[in-house]
Amino acid sequence: MGDEYLVEMRRVSKRFPGVLANDRVDLTVRAGEIHVLLGENGSGKSTLMSILAGLYRPDEGEIYIGGRRVYLRSPRDAIRAGIGMVHQHFRLVDTFTVARNVVLGDPRVPFFLSRRRIERDIAGLSRQYKLRVDSRARVWQLSVGERQRVEILKVLYRGCRVLVLDEPTAVLTPQEARELFHNLREMAANGRAVVVITHKLPEVMEIADRVTVLRRGRAVATLERGTFNQRDLAWLMVGRDVVFQIDKPPASRGEIVLEIKDLSVLRDSGRPGLQGLSLDVRAGEILGVAGVAGNGQRELAEAVTGLRPVQAGAVLLAGRDITNVGVRGVIEQGVGYIPEDRLGTGLVPGLGVVDNLILKDYRRPGFHRGPFLNRRRCREQAAALVDRFDVRHSGLDTPVKLLSGGNLQRLLLAREISGALRLIVAVYPIRGLDVGATEAVHRMLLEQRAGGRAILLISEDLDEIFKLSDRIAVLYEGRVTGLLPAGETNPEEVGLLMMGGPAKGAGV
Amino acid sequence: MSVLVPVCSVLLALVAGAAFLSLTGRDPWFLYGEMFRGAFGTRYGLTETVVKAIPLMIAGLGVGLAFRMKLWNIGGEGQLFMGACAATWVALTFAGQPAWVLLPAMFAAAAVGGGLWGLLPAIPRAYLGVNEIITTLMLNYVAILWVDYLVYGPWRDPAGFNFPLTARFTPGAVLPTLGDTRIHAGLLVGFTLALVLYLVLYRTRWGYEIRVIGDSPGAARYAGMRIGRNVLLVMLCSGAICGLAGMIEVSGVAHRLQPGFSPGYGYTAIIIAWLARLNPIAVVVVAFLFGGLLVGGFIVQISGVPATVVAMLQGLILFFVLAGEVVLKYRVYRVRHTGMGVEQA
Repeated sequence: MGDEYLVEMRRVSKRFPGVLANDRVDLTVRAGEIHVLLGENGSGKSTLMSILAGLYRPDEGEIYIGGRRVYLRSPRDAIRAGIGMVHQHFRLVDTFTVARNVVLGDPRVPFFLSRRRIERDIAGLSRQYKLRVDSRARVWQLSVGERQRVEILKVLYRGCRVLVLDEPTAVLTPQEARELFHNLREMAANGRAVVVITHKLPEVMEIADRVTVLRRGRAVATLERGTFNQRDLAWLMVGRDVVFQIDKPPASRGEIVLEIKDLSVLRDSGRPGLQGLSLDVRAGEILGVAGVAGNGQRELAEAVTGLRPVQAGAVLLAGRDITNVGVRGVIEQGVGYIPEDRLGTGLVPGLGVVDNLILKDYRRPGFHRGPFLNRRRCREQAAALVDRFDVRHSGLDTPVKLLSGGNLQRLLLAREISGALRLIVAVYPIRGLDVGATEAVHRMLLEQRAGGRAILLISEDLDEIFKLSDRIAVLYEGRVTGLLPAGETNPEEVGLLMMGGPAKGAGV
Repeated sequence: MSVLVPVCSVLLALVAGAAFLSLTGRDPWFLYGEMFRGAFGTRYGLTETVVKAIPLMIAGLGVGLAFRMKLWNIGGEGQLFMGACAATWVALTFAGQPAWVLLPAMFAAAAVGGGLWGLLPAIPRAYLGVNEIITTLMLNYVAILWVDYLVYGPWRDPAGFNFPLTARFTPGAVLPTLGDTRIHAGLLVGFTLALVLYLVLYRTRWGYEIRVIGDSPGAARYAGMRIGRNVLLVMLCSGAICGLAGMIEVSGVAHRLQPGFSPGYGYTAIIIAWLARLNPIAVVVVAFLFGGLLVGGFIVQISGVPATVVAMLQGLILFFVLAGEVVLKYRVYRVRHTGMGVEQA
């Protein structure tokens, strides 16, 4: 046995303190196939693949590559066994050239490396697999899509027969994703085995020859192409029925709440982040901001919420100038902010639920008497919010870092949207959330829209943008390159604009 | 867990210390017994333990406050010296004044002296991000040498037979004692400070800000808290409290300023604050333990064991506390040797 499969993992278990990340998982991958590993966040997909890539050691279980039992004690062992992994967060040295990154850590490279020969080899590989990238460019000059290609080249250069990609499309535009899938198909056709980790169902339908579904650390099913549909997969993944469509009543657009005029802001590096950006959001409207990560999303959110100084231009809230009034000023004007980094910016990991819920209220009258906090008022409010937003916790004073991702987001939303607000800035609000929590977050945002609040939604997920937005603004290199009513455009057009392409019939 | 780690750390440190003592040919369990009896078993030992615990407690509260905000104030010793120095200036300049004038003035001077010494490294930290570990540590040497200069030079007691000592404080500058023991009013200051700090940290808006900033500066910025201002304020208070420890030591025990009046209280305070997990009330308890350790060390010196054994034990305790944190966060286990990375099934 075992001849048929290139990779065979048998009854693999991995335990972390307090969680069983993998529970006797079986996984087989054939040469020449694209195998999708599907599951919600926290279902153990990445853990399983990290075991295969030699990053973690399994507590139990066996791994066979080409029928031979292997013990993978380090990524180097894994590479020697022919397994290469492309991580979600790239592991590249920004200041090195592409060629140097590709050979980095490769034991076959001689002490004095011949740059020319390596560059030639890499150029050959990238031609063969149509992975367009300049081997002499430095990594910091590359786009995210190009960086991913460098990672894939790295794996191919080492001659790996098994290619594992962890959520490869998370950072790509639809066009780039299609190109990637095409490349992966080519590699599989060449006799390699490709494993793709994802939680997006449409991707599974598009590329999977076989799919293995993980739920809570266990492999619940492995299905062949043609024997599954999206609904089945969703059911297997979540263990219950999932509503795909959310009712979105038509927008009742009111007054302009947020008006941004010719806004220019610097990045952390001192280079321009936003360059003369103008936008407006009305009451009762969700404006979705689409764009490839790193095109000014963070700068936009931080400039509006007062965290980043504005170089030029103005931010107006209900007609009042809030440019550079600072974080406190913006909060007091009724702006809620759901930041990208939930635990660490939005919440204080080591403090309890109560202390986290008063993060912005503690200065408000009623929450303190002189220098002392009004502890009873704080507790009562916390208990009420936790109840209303269904935050599941094991005590109001246990550190919130022990809560799950979905509960953390509910806690954050409870604080940020419960006040008397005019504007909500939400950045990547469903990143890392499972299907159920995503549903809950979206419902809450739509409730706020119905309540007449203006919502600036910044997201990298086009599905989310299209599901929620009334209008879509596309951000490219710090400018708005397109502003389209959501009903009159499609993901293709938005994707094109995200890459700097021309708008067709735009301009609202 | 919060109690288990410190307790285990102390026990493990004692075991490791015992191993070392046996290697040098001494009976560790007998010595430990002697130390314990010396520190807690006699009236003299017990009062000495309390006397030593007072400056440890106060300095521990001081540095612990800064640690809360993840400001690594290693400068407790220097702030303690500057506090003592400022209080001594008051005591010498206004010698002969009654206690109700002198003692409050000395307290205030010590708080200002220690506070400014803590504020000094906080300024570059708050505005330029200069690492406070290095600056606070280096300022210790400046403070200690400054006191040396004063005591060997301008402040030397003319009637002191050329010893490097200031003149003895007049009675108005000396803290009252408990009965005929050496235990002085500094103990009450320590208890009060612990209670006040506890209330400040857990019941006030400012304490809330300190806890938020300490845990997550990113979240503090996001909530509109002023981090730079709090860095200055917390280091000022941390230094001021350490300064009080210095004043209390010269006014309650030495009754004059002299070189080496502190055997590293400001450093030991760092260990105490960590062992107490930065909880002000726990600092009080732990300070008594360490006071006992110091006194026990002096006692066993009589039987020929160097008192540096105590320093070694203190170091071991800190080592095990820090190691305990790691063990709590990670699971450590042995992996069987599996030979080659890839082998035939």
